[in-house]
Formats: sequence, structure tokens, C-alpha cells
Amino acid sequence: MGTPKMVVVNKEWCKGCGICVAFCPKNVLELVNEVVCIARSEDCIKCGQCELRCPDFAIYLKEVPENV
Amino acid sequence: MSDQIKLLQGNEACVEGALAAGMEFYAGYPITPSTEIAEISAQKLPAIGGHFIQMEDEIAGMAATLGASLAGKKSMTATSGPGFSLKQENLGYGCIAEIPCVIVNVQRGGPSTGLPTSPSQGDIMQAKWGTHGDHPIIALYPNSVQEIFDITIECFNMAEKYRTPVILLLDEIIAHMREKVDLSSKDSIKIIDRKRPTGPKEGYLPYKADEDLIPNMADFGTGYRQHVTGLTHDVTGFPSNSPIVALDMMTRLMKKIEINKKDIVKYEEYRLADADFAIVAFGATSRAAKDTVNRLREDGIKAGLFRPITIWPIAEDELISLSKKVNKIIVAEMNMGQYVNEVERVACKNCSVEFYGRFDGQPINPDEIYDFAMEVLR
Amino acid sequence: MNTSALVKEYFREDKLPHIWCPGCGHGIIMHAVVRAIDNLKLDPEKICIVSGIGCSSRASGYMNFNTLHTTHGRALAFATGVKMANPSLEVLVLTGDGDCSAIGGNHLIHTARRNIDITTIAFNNNIYGMTGGQYSPTTATGDFGTTAPYGNIDKTFDLCNLAKAAGATYVGRSTAYYAKQLTTLVENGIQNKGFSFIEAVSSCPTYYGRKNKKGDAVEMMKSLKDDYIDIKIAEKRPDLAQSKILMGEFYNKPDEEYTEKYQKIIDMLKKESYHA
Repeated sequence: MGTPKMVVVNKEWCKGCGICVAFCPKNVLELVNEVVCIARSEDCIKCGQCELRCPDFAIYLKEVPENV
Repeated sequence: MSDQIKLLQGNEACVEGALAAGMEFYAGYPITPSTEIAEISAQKLPAIGGHFIQMEDEIAGMAATLGASLAGKKSMTATSGPGFSLKQENLGYGCIAEIPCVIVNVQRGGPSTGLPTSPSQGDIMQAKWGTHGDHPIIALYPNSVQEIFDITIECFNMAEKYRTPVILLLDEIIAHMREKVDLSSKDSIKIIDRKRPTGPKEGYLPYKADEDLIPNMADFGTGYRQHVTGLTHDVTGFPSNSPIVALDMMTRLMKKIEINKKDIVKYEEYRLADADFAIVAFGATSRAAKDTVNRLREDGIKAGLFRPITIWPIAEDELISLSKKVNKIIVAEMNMGQYVNEVERVACKNCSVEFYGRFDGQPINPDEIYDFAMEVLR
Repeated sequence: MNTSALVKEYFREDKLPHIWCPGCGHGIIMHAVVRAIDNLKLDPEKICIVSGIGCSSRASGYMNFNTLHTTHGRALAFATGVKMANPSLEVLVLTGDGDCSAIGGNHLIHTARRNIDITTIAFNNNIYGMTGGQYSPTTATGDFGTTAPYGNIDKTFDLCNLAKAAGATYVGRSTAYYAKQLTTLVENGIQNKGFSFIEAVSSCPTYYGRKNKKGDAVEMMKSLKDDYIDIKIAEKRPDLAQSKILMGEFYNKPDEEYTEKYQKIIDMLKKESYHA
């Protein structure tokens, strides 16, 4: 259903507030050295809660072409 | 032709001049003795497809005037003393963001509420220094109803040409006086519109000046996207804390007026050709001073009048020449001594400068300048 | 459109990342505003964003439209001039609680009263952030600010009630946590031909949070979730609404718009001069 998506982080813009980590329903994210990282990508359900509430436009869902 | 000759009040002539210059927007707040300018604008603007709005206060009147100018319309606001104080905040914004507009200040007795229905020339220095920080300012001050009409057009022209707010100073006397005005005088004044960009929309630099130091100005909504701010900014229009950017911006803002002083500085010389004594006066006071000059001439005193029409920037070169020619200058103004300090700064090396002022809400009459002149000439 | 595409389409990417502190709700609100613009497929050339002074008002610089960063409190007055001079522009005002209800309070009530077609989004973080944490008209009574070292004795403004009472024809509130609802409210506000007021409750972990021991960015975001309840739910389940703050669409009563009323005067005068 639809194009597959993956969550990506723009580390340059992340200020490490931890909002995405706290509100991720599947506990996918972690802060490492005050920057968010995708610790358990296999658990990600692509719900977009992180993207919705990132104050810094630093995390979002990206469409992945199927052949990649 | 004859329908072009009218009996008008000063404030009325101001609106006629503004309309002749292309005013399409007015925002203001009622205040004596400038209210007629708002009333007549409210009546006339919608009839030409323009817009009038009475704002909630003077600050908003100034803000809306600037907003409308950014949207591409020639705009004006008018006020008096207390309102002029309130306008200063956004007047400074207009200076730094280089937004053309005309601000009329019909001077009345101050400070504070002061003498609301009495004449004064107490806002001469406020017109230059009312808003904080160094900034360029152009202020013109006519002395007859005809000249109010003509000079209002000039104010719009200068605002558009130099991308800056222009102050039209009036006083209660000339604003409420009725005189004959020939509206056809506008036919000899070329109407000037701001330079607008014509190049590519992508990469438009709203504060990149041409050789004349004036940047092209795009109307909001025409595809030239831009950011306008009251913060110190670079050629892109975006804020910067760089000392070089601040230096460049401030230097250009001041210089764009300085290099055009020949065009901006207007004045009248009356019987000065052979004079060895001069009166400097403007607005209503200059009318009395002219009478005084004639009486002194009858007494055999070689008197003349220098009347600055452009108050800011000051007619420095002309006043220096004058000071070299005459032995004495009297500055007569309805305040406790404002412009006299500027004249003294310019002229004191060459001649003595005396001050005659009145600040009781009464106009200065020719007799008292005459008496004062006789006293200082003794 | 995902964030990356939205940034490319509607932001001045070279100006990002923005200056707001880690965990400040303002970025979420700015994001929601741009999503609303995108959802409505508005022509960016016809959008004019006007802001005042303060943390919130820095938003205009990041957004790639016609943008006007004005003086403190005066955004609505500048915006009124822009809208009157060119009613075809879609004018949005981005402001803060201090900017629009203290120094700009007079402009807020009168712009609302006129019902001029301007959509105002008030980023309410209950504090003056830019100057370092002084109490604002929306700082809760008893809370602390650097200028309320013994607790704030002022009563607070309810910004939505204020705007509604003054004559706004569309009024709503949401929080940075409920960013989707916020987007919807902004969309509705833009579509309302008249004065729309959206209170977007933000959070200031740096000053308000720290000064009042309200926790870090995450804790404050949790409050923006747990302390609020939609007015529709509250009406059905008053028991759930106990000690909660209402959000949602509070008022939606379109009325004749100001510039349209003025246009009628222009048209009438045109007709009169034609017949004269």
C-alpha cells in the first residue's frame, strides 16, 4: 500500500530536545550525544508522530523507491 | 482654467496636493489642528478608488501607512504634536526599511497636550531627531496655501525618489488659513514614482542600491519575494550583526540624502541681493518676517529674508554664503530656540546670530520682529 | 508533502536551522502554518506574512513569501495597511502573547472589530522569551518570571475570549502537541473571509519551564497534551474536562468583511459619478 517510507534525520538541524524520542509510540528513537538517532528502525511503523512534532524540521519520513 | 482656481484652507490644499501627487492611501487618527486632512481624505479617496482608514491610534496610523506603501500605494498620514510623538516609532522603521510615505505634522503648542488650538513651531528638532538612532530625514515647510499644495506634491516626489519617509511640517496658522490656490500649478510639476525592479524575480536583492544609492522597490505580491525588517540588514534584506553590514547600511542611508541635497534643499531669498542684515524664518513666521523686511527697507536698513522651505536637511551651503554676506542674522521662530542653534552652528564663524522666539501660543507679528531688529541693530 | 519537501517549497532553507531554543514549540507551530498553506494550495506570491517583535515574530524570516518583520506589537496595524492597499493578498500575522495582547493589545481588538480578512496566529508561550523570561499577559497568576520574582499578581488574558469579544469571526485554540488540529484551525482561519484568530499554545522550556519548575521540553510537551481537551469532547463529557483547558474551534460566524465593505463605497461613488 503506497510507496514504502523510512524515517530519516537531519543531524545538522537536530537540537536534541528529545520530543520525538518521548512521543514515538514504538520506542524507535534514542538520543546519542544530544542528537537523535534511529536505534530500532525495524520497529518503526512510519506513523509520522516524530515529524509532526519536531520543532526543528530535523526528522521526517522519506519515500524510498522500491528497487533500493 | 478658472475652475482650477479655488479658495482653499491649508489642510484642504494639502489633500489636493497629495491627490495630485498620486496618493491612494491614507491612514490616520483625528487630532487638532490636522483633522481636516483626515476628513477630506476620507471623503475623496474612495471616489478615486483609493482607501482611507481611521486607525485605533497614531501608532497604527503610521504602521498602516507603511504597510500600504509596501503593497505599492502612495500613502500619507497626518497628525499634530502628541500624535507626531507617537508616530516616531514607526517613522524610524520607515527610515531603516526605506519605505516612501508622507507624514504631515500640523504643529501646535506643546509639550504634551499643550495648546491644542494654538500655533507653534516647536517640533522643528523633533522632525529631525524624534525617532531614536541616526537616520536620514527630509522635512519641508511651506508658508502659503498655494505652497502647501505644491510642496505636498514635492514631498511625495521626494519620498518616492529617495525611498524614505518625508515630513511635511505645517503650523496651525497656515493649515487653517484660507487663500487662493491655482491647482494648475501641478501641471508644471513632474510626478515621480519609485523605481521598481524589472529584472529577474529570482535572486532579487531588495536593498541592493544602484549608483544613485537608491534600491529598486518591489510591491508585495508582484513576484519579487522579499523580507522587510526593522533590524539592521544587508542587501538581501535579512538581518545581520556584522559591523561591516551596519556600517554600509547606515552610510548609504545618510548618503543617499546628502548627495542629493541640491535637489532636496529648497528655499526662498527675499531682498537679499544687497542685504547686510538677514532674518531667517519659515512657515507662518516667515510671512510676518517678510513684512518686517519691507518696513526695515523703508527705514533705509538693507534687510532681507532667507526662508528655508526644506528644513531638513538644512540649507548649509546657502546659509554659509549668507553669513559671509551679512553682519547679522535674526532667527525668528515660534519656540524657545530650536532652528537658531542650527543656523548658529553654520553661520557663527562669519556673523552674529540673534534669536527672537515666542512660545505663548500667539503668532509672531511683524511689529515685534521689527522692534527686536531695531534693538539688535542699534 | 513531507517536511523536507515543505522546507524546499516554502522555507528559506539557507536561514535554517532557526534560532529557537531546543524544545521550543514555535518550530512546530510554524510547521503547522506552512502545512495549512500547502493543504490549501495557496499561491505563495499572494501570501504576505507579517510579524511583530519577539521569539514568535522571527518566523517571518524563515518563510519564503512576501514577509514583513515589523515593530513590537504593530504587526496587525502594518498588516491592515497591506490588506487595505491590496485586498487580493492573503495576509497572515504571526505574533506572540506579549506582542499581540500587551504592547499590541489595542491593535488586536480593533483589527478584530473591523473583521478585516487577516488570519492571526498567536504563538502563546506565556512569557517574554526574547528578553529572557519576564511575565506576559498570559503568564498564570502565581507563576514566576524574572520580573515577577515573588510570583505574578496579574490576572491573565484568555486570548481567544478577547478576540471573540472584540469581533473576530473565527476563533480557535490548539497546542504544539496537537499540531494536526492546529493545521486544520489555521486552514479554516485562512478560509474565513474576515478576521480569524488562532491561539497556538507553545512552550518555552528555557525560561518559563525552568523558572516555574515545569520540567524539560518533553515534560512541557506532555502538558500541552494532557492539560487540554477539545471543546466538543468537553461538551459531551464534562467530567473529563475538570481542570482542563479547552481547545478546538470556539467560534465560526462569518460576517461581512472590511475591505469588501469599503469596496462597496468605492463602487457606489463610481456609479454616482457615472450618473452625474
